Amino acid sequence: MFNRRDFMKLAAVGGGAVFLSGLRGVARAADGMPDYDGFYFVQLSDTHWGYSGPANPYAANTSKKAVATVNALEDRPEFIVFTGDLTHTTDDPNERRKRLAEFRDIASRLKVKDVHYMPGEHDASLDRGAAFGEFFGPTHYSFDHKGVHFVVVDNVSDPGARIGAEQLAWLEADLAKRGKDAPIVVFTHRPLFDLAPKWDWATRDGDQAVALLTPYRNVTVFYGHIHQENHHMTGHIAHHSAKSLIFALPAPGSQEKRTPLPWDPAMPYKGLGFREVEAEVKEAQYKIAELPVIRA
Amino acid sequence: MSARRAIAGGALLAAAGLASLVDAPVLARGEAIDPGREQVVRIVARRFAYTPNEIVLKAGQPAVLEFTSMDFVHGFNVPDLHLRADLPPGQVTLVRVAPQKAGVYDMLCDNFCGAKHEEMNGRIVVRD
Repeated sequence: MFNRRDFMKLAAVGGGAVFLSGLRGVARAADGMPDYDGFYFVQLSDTHWGYSGPANPYAANTSKKAVATVNALEDRPEFIVFTGDLTHTTDDPNERRKRLAEFRDIASRLKVKDVHYMPGEHDASLDRGAAFGEFFGPTHYSFDHKGVHFVVVDNVSDPGARIGAEQLAWLEADLAKRGKDAPIVVFTHRPLFDLAPKWDWATRDGDQAVALLTPYRNVTVFYGHIHQENHHMTGHIAHHSAKSLIFALPAPGSQEKRTPLPWDPAMPYKGLGFREVEAEVKEAQYKIAELPVIRA
Repeated sequence: MSARRAIAGGALLAAAGLASLVDAPVLARGEAIDPGREQVVRIVARRFAYTPNEIVLKAGQPAVLEFTSMDFVHGFNVPDLHLRADLPPGQVTLVRVAPQKAGVYDMLCDNFCGAKHEEMNGRIVVRD
């Protein structure tokens, strides 16, 4: 066992990236980090419960392994967020609910009280979020935690990947209650910017959301969908995508098709993982550490 | 021509990216296909493929893509050309294009349509 600061150092040295993201929006190694005096949360994404295929023959176990790893973290996160695609899509409404129920059961084993959920297109696009709502409630909402304002934006319940005018109006009103310097974190599933539109890695009206967020000087976005880390800036806003817990996808636009990377039997969890995000509220920064599915 | 037809007009102006998108009944706009002047390509959209999934056009010749969706409001999106349309089932959707520059342009369904949505794609080949 090692403590949290040791872990952060190891993550920086041993392959897991640690980033600082905030006002400056600059990524750097963790050397010389100030003392931990904020809080941290864990982001898991794209579990695709119900998937069956060659891209992950261990699909029935990967999410459970990740839950066990999160539960074994020495310092318990203050909350956990799942950024969508909790389940793999199905045309059958009954099967969709079965998968959501099974996923909820797995997630209930997390030893953390506060768990926040949002849908991905696999959960919500075929029924506009109806089944997801039955199990996990609203698809967009906001909450506050220790001085940080968190906003969950739904860009998947519309199968055309639109946030929509109604939700954008809600977002504008929600943000209007905050000061321009307030620390704001956005959770969403798809990238809000045009990362790779030819692979459908975009939000059709994401530019409108970014425009609403831009007047706020301290905004960071965490999302999923693309099954890999990606770090991108739109102006002063940092966007960080998370790894998946089912299979890895190729780098944006790097090949003709967005087919999953081949599964490697020698390294069955290669390219998969989750992240912890450490909020330094005073500095309005977020230190991100990438973790594997299982820990050696 | 059926009044239920819809037309999405755009120009394949790869360099300038100036393609426009207009959804309006073709009759209301007074537009009709001119088979003598315009190349017509009929495309069927069905989960999870376009048939054909390679559309060959000639640079400098106007064309109309005539989509029939069989089962879903699929999308048709050519991001590099800023050209897209929704393809509702039960009607024909016309996309007017004016290819100017030879090249290969990826197209995809951008309305999530199910398990193999990610495989519903193709390309437009514009030849000199």
